Amino acid sequence: MVKDKLAQSVMLGLCLFSILMVVTIAVGLYLKSSPVLENKSLWSLLSSSEWRPMKGEFGFFPFIIGTVWVTVLAIAMAFPISLFTAIYLTEYAKSHVKKFVFPALDILAGLPSVIYGVWGVLVIVPWISNRFAPHFVDFSSGYTILAAGIVLGIMVIPLLVSLFIEVFSSVPMELREASLALGATRWQTTHKVVLRKTLSGVAAATVLAVSRAMGETIAVLMVCGCVIGIPKSILDPGYPIPALIANNYGEMLSMPLYESALMFAALILFAVVLVFNLLSRIILYRLEKTQQ
Amino acid sequence: MAIEIQHLNVYIKENQILKDICLTLPEKQITCIIGPSGCGKSTLLRTINRLIDSTEHVRLEGKVLVDGKDIIGSGHEITELRRKIGLVSQRPCPLPMSIFDNVAYGCRINRMYKKHRQLIYNVQKQLQAVGLWDEVRGRVRTSATRLSIGQQQRLCLARSLAVEPEYILADEATSALDPISSKTIEDLFVSLKSQYSIIMVTHTLHQALRIADNVVFMYLGEVVESGPARQIFEQPQQELTRKYLSGIFS
Repeated sequence: MVKDKLAQSVMLGLCLFSILMVVTIAVGLYLKSSPVLENKSLWSLLSSSEWRPMKGEFGFFPFIIGTVWVTVLAIAMAFPISLFTAIYLTEYAKSHVKKFVFPALDILAGLPSVIYGVWGVLVIVPWISNRFAPHFVDFSSGYTILAAGIVLGIMVIPLLVSLFIEVFSSVPMELREASLALGATRWQTTHKVVLRKTLSGVAAATVLAVSRAMGETIAVLMVCGCVIGIPKSILDPGYPIPALIANNYGEMLSMPLYESALMFAALILFAVVLVFNLLSRIILYRLEKTQQ
Repeated sequence: MAIEIQHLNVYIKENQILKDICLTLPEKQITCIIGPSGCGKSTLLRTINRLIDSTEHVRLEGKVLVDGKDIIGSGHEITELRRKIGLVSQRPCPLPMSIFDNVAYGCRINRMYKKHRQLIYNVQKQLQAVGLWDEVRGRVRTSATRLSIGQQQRLCLARSLAVEPEYILADEATSALDPISSKTIEDLFVSLKSQYSIIMVTHTLHQALRIADNVVFMYLGEVVESGPARQIFEQPQQELTRKYLSGIFS
């Protein structure tokens, strides 16, 4: 009994510690970014496109747009591929196929992001520059929003597939059989029953993947071009927030307010992920309520 | 038409689950399949509507004639077969949709009606047939999961009836229900047998005694004895059947 209570208290402590870490990070980022917030208005920081650290001008708009572009592209690419891969693996594939595919997915998920970055530089960037972009523009270096989107999308796929598989596997077999027994085909069963039943789970998994995609740094940094400016198309280079922080962290100490500005960039990222998660939870909660 | 099973063998990997089953399941009657756990009752049921196909490494031999056509083999249209053979499973499984949509699901899948009004009429008819209409009237658009377990099972029966099957398979359809709901389902089966051929797997001998017209006793994948319920219960021909019925093993 005493041991049980002790174990419970220890685990509660560890649980609180994890939550405290999140709060500590938020408070730390806020304190560190307060100098730049005292000098500039929040609106001008978020909406301005001027980025001249030497002159103390910090406009984050191009970086926010860069992050949104890359994330949207990555998820738009990864979502359908992951969804249908997971549907195939849970609803159609035989066990010998699963035996081969699951470890492959685990390997993909475990690869360090720098490897995806190198692969992007060696394969995707030249492909965009030489094959894809010439159809649309006169010149593109290949280091573009599109390259970052593709590399990030491919990075997210293993995570999204395994989350979807988990979600679809939670549907009881009896439910599928109830549909099949009425004369439904497997596909009808999948999209009318399995997907309907797991709608909230699919949405939750996607939110998780979006959060992950927003924060990805190294691979994106290597292929996005890192040019400050608002991209007009996916064939323009971009500069997402994580890349900005990682690229400039070394030189920030030499300029006043620079450190604070970069910490503010991290705070934006933190806030966007937090708000996105909260919003999706509210939507999911309402969705589940209407389904019940 | 009756269902006729001829020399049916079912293997999963190297294990033989059903051994040389020969049976005739008469039409417009209730046939109860009894036997101890693991004797192959559910496998037999799942073979009749080919739900067994979703089990990996399964191999079927022999013939199962439904309306005179052999349904074993790849030539048969399985979706049409399943529409013809309704299934009520052990645990009620309402689909993740409203009460109305649950009953309408099979009709929509099979494109049975061109007019929505006909669909509404059929849904109401089936809900009335299972005695659920008065209980859910006015809330048919709410989620089916809000119904009680007994109501859910009746809904599943209504859902099966909505696609106008000729046969109803019930796999221990009352085992998860309370005694009152169980009795309601039993009474429903008795009232439905004039229109449908009902094949029911049951663990409860008393249930078989109450409603069965015919009984099939299975043991270790084989049919030990089958025939009219009265004969099986009163004068079993096989020693194994006698022992099972007297409760020596279960």
